[in-house]
Amino acid sequence: MSDVETFRAPIIARATDQSESSHILKRSWEGRGGIAGWLSTVDHKEIGKRYLITAFAFLIIGGLEAAVMRAQLAQPNGHLLTSEQYAQLFTMHGVTMIFLYAMPVLSGFSNYLWPLLLGSRDMAFPRLNALSYWVFLFAGLFLYASFPLGKAPDDGWFNYVPYASRAFNPGLNIDVYALGMVLLGISTTVGAINFIVTLLRLRAPGMSINRVPILIWGTLTASVGNLFAVPAVSLAFFMLWMDRQFGTHFFDVGAGGQPLLWQHLFWMFGHPWVYAIVLPAMGIVSDGLPTFCRRPLVGYTPVALATVSTMALGFGVWVHHMFATGLPIIAVSYFSAASMIIVIPSSVAVFSWIATIWTGRPVFTSAFLFFAGFVLLFVIGGVSGFMTAAVPVDLQLTHTYFVVAHLHYVLIGINVFPVVGGIFYWFPKFTGRLMNETLGKWTFWVMFIGFNIGFFPMHILGLAGMPRRIYTYAEGLGWGSLNLIVTLGSYLFAIGVLMFVVNVFVSLKRGQRAGDNPWDGASLEWSTSSPPPPYNFAVIPTVASRYPLWEGRLNQGDDHSSTQQGFLLDKGRETMGTTSLDAEPDVILKMPSDTYAPLLLGLALAMLFVGALLHSWWLLGGAAVVSLLASIAWLWPERSLSQIET
Amino acid sequence: MVEVAVSRTTLPVGSKAHHASGWWGMLTVIATEATLFAYLLFSYFYIASHAQGAWPPHGMPKLSLAIPCTILLVAGSFTMWWAERGIDRGSSVQLMIGIALSLLLGLAFMALEGLEWAGEPFHLTSGVYSSLFFTITGFHLAHVTVGLIVLTVLFVWTALGYFDAKRHSAVSIGVLYWHFITIVWLAVFFTFYIAPRL
Repeated sequence: MSDVETFRAPIIARATDQSESSHILKRSWEGRGGIAGWLSTVDHKEIGKRYLITAFAFLIIGGLEAAVMRAQLAQPNGHLLTSEQYAQLFTMHGVTMIFLYAMPVLSGFSNYLWPLLLGSRDMAFPRLNALSYWVFLFAGLFLYASFPLGKAPDDGWFNYVPYASRAFNPGLNIDVYALGMVLLGISTTVGAINFIVTLLRLRAPGMSINRVPILIWGTLTASVGNLFAVPAVSLAFFMLWMDRQFGTHFFDVGAGGQPLLWQHLFWMFGHPWVYAIVLPAMGIVSDGLPTFCRRPLVGYTPVALATVSTMALGFGVWVHHMFATGLPIIAVSYFSAASMIIVIPSSVAVFSWIATIWTGRPVFTSAFLFFAGFVLLFVIGGVSGFMTAAVPVDLQLTHTYFVVAHLHYVLIGINVFPVVGGIFYWFPKFTGRLMNETLGKWTFWVMFIGFNIGFFPMHILGLAGMPRRIYTYAEGLGWGSLNLIVTLGSYLFAIGVLMFVVNVFVSLKRGQRAGDNPWDGASLEWSTSSPPPPYNFAVIPTVASRYPLWEGRLNQGDDHSSTQQGFLLDKGRETMGTTSLDAEPDVILKMPSDTYAPLLLGLALAMLFVGALLHSWWLLGGAAVVSLLASIAWLWPERSLSQIET
Repeated sequence: MVEVAVSRTTLPVGSKAHHASGWWGMLTVIATEATLFAYLLFSYFYIASHAQGAWPPHGMPKLSLAIPCTILLVAGSFTMWWAERGIDRGSSVQLMIGIALSLLLGLAFMALEGLEWAGEPFHLTSGVYSSLFFTITGFHLAHVTVGLIVLTVLFVWTALGYFDAKRHSAVSIGVLYWHFITIVWLAVFFTFYIAPRL
């Protein structure tokens, strides 16, 4: 006879974290602790924190690289670095910030927050979540391992052929980059899959698609974008590696190949990726700002639609990175127009944030300052983007510091500021303690002023003709004093980042204790303890509006959300699966326990890429076999997951 | 804890058919993999459209092996469809026969494709066409290999008696992937063998 349940009428109960039932839940969901627990956990909160910490470590490394470069450029004729060293530094700076910081840090927020925002007990695929972290970590180490050997990537983060072809760059540098990016692509893809299926399946009962927080829309959009964009860059890097190591001719113009194919594939990926690393950050602001303005976001539906349409349009604008390559005027005109249209959804979001502040009663916390500061930087970065979307202007500005200014306003303004604000906002949920507000406000002003002093003059340098990527410049070009200001401003910005890091460490130990809901926020994560218990929610919440914890005040409809009463689901690790649009209860999902399989598979995949890099076919073959066995062990049907009945 | 009520609706527990998260996961895997092949074929057409001189440069690719290849894979999809129908009715014997037939058809496909590779008058490094040909068909062959491993594992699991009429979502997920491999082949086949003739 089978002891596996096929159907169940689940119990509805009233419970809190102090209830007897919660002790049972805790025993089911708690990891085994110690090093074994650390290596085998599949808890989304642990994985989210790891993502955040690792991404911040990469942010600091990338920042130090920038600091060395700025020292070189502070004066004309700087010779602290050779041109080759400079080339490796600026390439690794770009690779680190764009691939190892900007996306992973947002994955950290989303991994930690998604199940809490959605009223679930974990992500759809907890083990896949662990895998995506390990592969991200190993890909980062893979890319950095070559750095001490002087073999780091050195052709810029977009790595154009023929510079990156073997004839002009024979060392291992570009192969490290190519294979490292394919490896990282695996992490991004499995992470994206997890977010998409989690959204479709794991929302609390009643959380229909028009009630999810905007952060969910942002990460969902980014994930769908990544699903369709990452294969382009993985393929481009794979083809480049084949060209370099096995004599294929994809980018070799002498044998009928097309160097521009590289640029097409790279930017078909690259532009959606830009949106992938800003839309979730914009979601952080759209969810955080209303809490501090004491009112719901103005224009939820337009902002959600703007998020999705930005990404949709983002797949049709890649050629604006290639205006100077001599493509036909009809083609560049189309892409110029498409790029300009993106102003519309962006403006919708900006006006929503401004209206939220305008019509709200702002509370000037550190997090609010970072969110509001972001709006200004977003506008500046948006305007310079609009300028470069115009073909004649771009032909003048491309490959100058104007573009450097634009992309830093976009990436620091739209990613770093919301991320730092987001940490101030959710730190009490992560740790149970508040961050220091006085230091926080000083941090904001130091970062904001330092950033603008450091990066605004780059616009002027670009207009004055200073090219990007030069490792030094001659005297008498008129760039010296502005470069000195840029260097000093960027160092001030770095001091601000340091103040933030100090605040995190001090507050971890001495921060004021936070209750469940220190900011009086409206979404579900604030209904559970700080930090949340391993099972997240004592009962699965039921949701009746967009702002479940503000319902008493907003007088929207007669239905009420319920966070204290709901499905108990206490027979092992379980959570509620719901239907995709309306979030009706659909299935009781059995969730996996902690396991080493993701770590093992991640390690084997990393070894596979090391083998490919070194042409060590035995290592590659062995790693492939281990990957296969780890995957089969992972997927082996289990009675405890109700995958077998007999 | 206060027990308030027992839900009026009865819900399925765990991985069942389209209730399994893995089913949704496989759909997203197929979406991203299909995009990968779209970018591969984009690369082919992009380079073809810029080609100087004759395209394909070595004359029209012969259909004598490619058409049998296509028939084998399409037949393999039908046998897997039939296999899944078996377990839907609770027959693990029909499932095992279906998987075994599909495995044989898949292996035959790989053998014919190997002959096709060996018979080509060009190598990987001969030119950009040969680079595209071996890389794109190579990507597809790698997917067939993964598909054959999936079928083998499913065969073993069926033999161990893991599946019955109610619970066999692993089979449904594997079948989905196997159909995907067939459909990708149709796109590859069209691109290399039919499109130049149009």
